[in-house]
Amino acid sequence: MLKRILTTVLVGVAVGVGGFYLLTMPDPLDAATLPPEQSGDAVRGERMFWAGGCASCHAPSKAEAAAKLELGGGDPLKTDFGTFHAPNISPHPTDGIGSWSLVDFANAMQRGVDRQGEHLYPAFPYSSYVKMKPDDVADLWAFLKTLPPVAGRPPPSDLAFPFNIRRGIGLWKRFFLDDAAPVLDLGENASDAARAGQYLVEGPGHCGQCHTPRGLGGAGGLDTDAWLTGAPNPEGKGRIPDITPSKDGIGSWSASDIVYYLESGFTPDFDSVGGAMVAVQENIARLPATDREAIAAYLKALPAVEGAGK
Amino acid sequence: MQIRTLALVLATTTAAAFALPAYAQNAEPIKQRQELMEGNGKAAKLSGQMIKGEAEFDPVKAAEAFQAFHTTAEKMGTLFPEDSKTGEETEAAPAIWEKTEEFQAAVAKFEKDSATAIAADPQDIDAFKQSFAMVAENCKGCHEDFRIKKEK
Repeated sequence: MLKRILTTVLVGVAVGVGGFYLLTMPDPLDAATLPPEQSGDAVRGERMFWAGGCASCHAPSKAEAAAKLELGGGDPLKTDFGTFHAPNISPHPTDGIGSWSLVDFANAMQRGVDRQGEHLYPAFPYSSYVKMKPDDVADLWAFLKTLPPVAGRPPPSDLAFPFNIRRGIGLWKRFFLDDAAPVLDLGENASDAARAGQYLVEGPGHCGQCHTPRGLGGAGGLDTDAWLTGAPNPEGKGRIPDITPSKDGIGSWSASDIVYYLESGFTPDFDSVGGAMVAVQENIARLPATDREAIAAYLKALPAVEGAGK
Repeated sequence: MQIRTLALVLATTTAAAFALPAYAQNAEPIKQRQELMEGNGKAAKLSGQMIKGEAEFDPVKAAEAFQAFHTTAEKMGTLFPEDSKTGEETEAAPAIWEKTEEFQAAVAKFEKDSATAIAADPQDIDAFKQSFAMVAENCKGCHEDFRIKKEK
């Protein structure tokens, strides 16, 4: 009798563990779909660098000017899951990603898998970067390789159980990591500017990661029905605002108000940008003006979801 | 039975008397600092309209705007007593009390920059843009760490 129970339990555990292992396997990109290794353009890549906000997590938060390009790892990111430490992504050969290839980089950016085949935490917004074009990823890689190598590795992320079981991210990805398709269908009549803005916002800009609510109490994927309608601040108190054209959002702002805000940090009432958005605004201010206009066109083209910001 | 009830009432009242100060947040400084910040917003808006070319540049209005900023900067440092952390929908971040030195340094920089702008007394729009840009850096500088946006 006991033997029977024991056997059943052991088989159950084996099936469970084996099943978990299979379901959480990393899913890397097909290398054949990627541009060749040296094909990226670093000048174009710099635009992706500022749009993607890399320095805001991978360099210290108060870094100014040239220090923003020293990507040895950023300030700790304290969340409800624990504290994340963004790694060194400078071209340092051992402490950074200097020995990586474009394929390795693209897998990290768009599949959340590192060179060792381990899952990366979705605090790294690969669920947005997956929507980037392969050429843009190649350009960004070329730009990153021109930056100074920085020695030193930040500590590993310090997360609460069960989030510290890295393999479990494989399950999360099965549910919540989409493909490169756009989040919203803007319709046939959308302007070119709005489509360009869609790419910037939904892809490298990864705005939805903060501005969209999540399921599962904040641990799930983005609730695309409430896209950009605002969410609790992942770093603690307060709220990340609704940026759709609704009454609770920025419906009263014109496209040029949005452009001015992204350029200067001032709202139409001359309230000033604050909190985590300061770094974002300063990154977007470095993009060409047409990019800010595109972002504004996209935001004005969003469906206004009334009452969703509550 | 009666003594027990009496004892219970006394205990509750005493406890409440101790609890009361914790709930009685000091609303006065909160309201004052909110008013000062709204004044800042108006001064910034006026300045912005002149810079954007939506309003005629007027050196008198420019000077008034810088004065408003300076007045705020002078008073801000004293408007965050320990008992004003909550209430009145304040957006003051806990960092103000956790990083007091940094906060006071930020206020001092704001005071210095606005005083410099007053002394510069710009008479044309280009000079004004320069002075305003220098002062306006301070808005972000404080709001990055010391303000928490609430739901509107």
